[in-house]
Amino acid sequence: MQAVPRDARTVLSAADIDRALTRIAHEILEANRGPDGIVVLGIPRRGVPLAERIAAKLERIEPGFDAAAATGQLDVTLYRDDLRRSTSRTPAPTRLPASGIDGAVVVLVDDVLYSGRTIRAALDALNDVGRPAAVRLAVLVDRGHRELPIRADFVGKNLPTSTAERVQVRLLEIDGPAGTGEVTEDAVAIMDIADPATAVGKDAR
Amino acid sequence: MKHLLSTQDLSLGDALRILDTAEEMSAVSGREVKKLPALRGRTVVNLFLEDSTRTRISFEAAAKRLSADVINFTGKGTSVSKGESLKDTVQTLEAIGADAIVMRHWGSGAAAQLAGSGWITSSVVNAGDGTHEHPTQALLDALTLRRHLARRHGTAPRGTDLSGMKVVIVGDILHSRVARSNLWLLTTLGAEVTLAAPPTLMPVGVEQWPCQVTYSLDEAIASGPDAVMMLRVQSERMHEAFFPSAAEYTRSWGLTDDRLALLESAGADDAVIMHPGPMNRGLEISAAAADSVRNTALEQVANGVSVRMAVLYLVLSGTETAGTPDLVPSAARRPEA
Repeated sequence: MQAVPRDARTVLSAADIDRALTRIAHEILEANRGPDGIVVLGIPRRGVPLAERIAAKLERIEPGFDAAAATGQLDVTLYRDDLRRSTSRTPAPTRLPASGIDGAVVVLVDDVLYSGRTIRAALDALNDVGRPAAVRLAVLVDRGHRELPIRADFVGKNLPTSTAERVQVRLLEIDGPAGTGEVTEDAVAIMDIADPATAVGKDAR
Repeated sequence: MKHLLSTQDLSLGDALRILDTAEEMSAVSGREVKKLPALRGRTVVNLFLEDSTRTRISFEAAAKRLSADVINFTGKGTSVSKGESLKDTVQTLEAIGADAIVMRHWGSGAAAQLAGSGWITSSVVNAGDGTHEHPTQALLDALTLRRHLARRHGTAPRGTDLSGMKVVIVGDILHSRVARSNLWLLTTLGAEVTLAAPPTLMPVGVEQWPCQVTYSLDEAIASGPDAVMMLRVQSERMHEAFFPSAAEYTRSWGLTDDRLALLESAGADDAVIMHPGPMNRGLEISAAAADSVRNTALEQVANGVSVRMAVLYLVLSGTETAGTPDLVPSAARRPEA
């Protein structure tokens, strides 16, 4: 894992992230008028723990919502539009609730919304595994610079950025000791890309 | 990964990447929409200069599931039978628009020759070259074994290797590219391989290979292996008298009903029987062994499509920047999110 650069500014602390997810959970229930039919799907990698956290909050707010039976993950690797350019990535598993997603209200969850291309890929992937009644989008951070007509329904924080900056999301489930790194608490940080030519990669999103 | 030529030079990391990718590919086969857009607009040519049914249709199914266009080219009834050289053939195929060439050839080393020749810029996937290698067969066998191991441990196969697994490969080792590819790959993945064959069908120099060698199948089975891989007796390569008669081969080297019982009593409760197909029932494998629940032949066929999807995806994605994958100017790449 890359060390956090010195010029990184933390824009969301662990508590901020938790509050944002709580608000998103309430907004999802408000927009859906209750928990009926909701399926929460995270986009690997960091959308998956976020989806699980949102689902746990939904269950806490509405005990009728069964988080375990309505949470999953949707891999979009094989639907990306940059497969020819980028190095080949190993796809992550797609796990859907046993009841499937036909007729459900699918809430896609990702960490950072940027160009919108991942979400475009996710919509295509979703199309191949079922026909939801509706698809919503929840993101922790919307950093702008959309390249497609896509917008989020639920946003943790709108974060105006320049393309020369990098938004780094660190989550305990993935970047903590139990995952691949040594991060000790959740954070969203923003930093300059020192050398854009070499910094392009997963973290640049 | 630009080409897949052999398993001998395949690193553990690359092998696991192919197997992990294949796991996700196989999930697609269970869906209602058995199609992925990953290779849309790419062309895969199956250049089969030696007879093959299952490998060719397996590659064809794999390419089609990834939305690639497939062109099948065989030796018979084509320009090759008119005496066209391999160089001219592949350059013609590339001029038609091939992005990857899946080649089966009678000559050992043909795939490496093609990949290193500079004749073409396409990716080359070895689908069997002479008696040298058949890497995708070994990969699908490894995928089958890994799933078997994961089922036994009650874990997910992703990311795991074959540490501690004992695999016996039986039969015509001398002519078998499947045996060679499996030996290298399974050893890389941490399995212990034992080769069992009559001395006439054991290659010269086998003692240099990283494996045990035995000249008694009964002994090999009594040691309680996790898997017994039967090789097909390749009558098309048996131009000399390697064994006195088919009946004698069956008696000494066939997986007969008696040996099936021996395998079951050897303590290996869940040992599997593997066969690359097509099976010669009654020669190297008895009908009871062929139809046994331990026999993974059909699972191997299904896994073959997944493994070939993974290989085609990995050799064909990121090819525009091959060599400098992470050093593309940001202007040339779309940001992702």
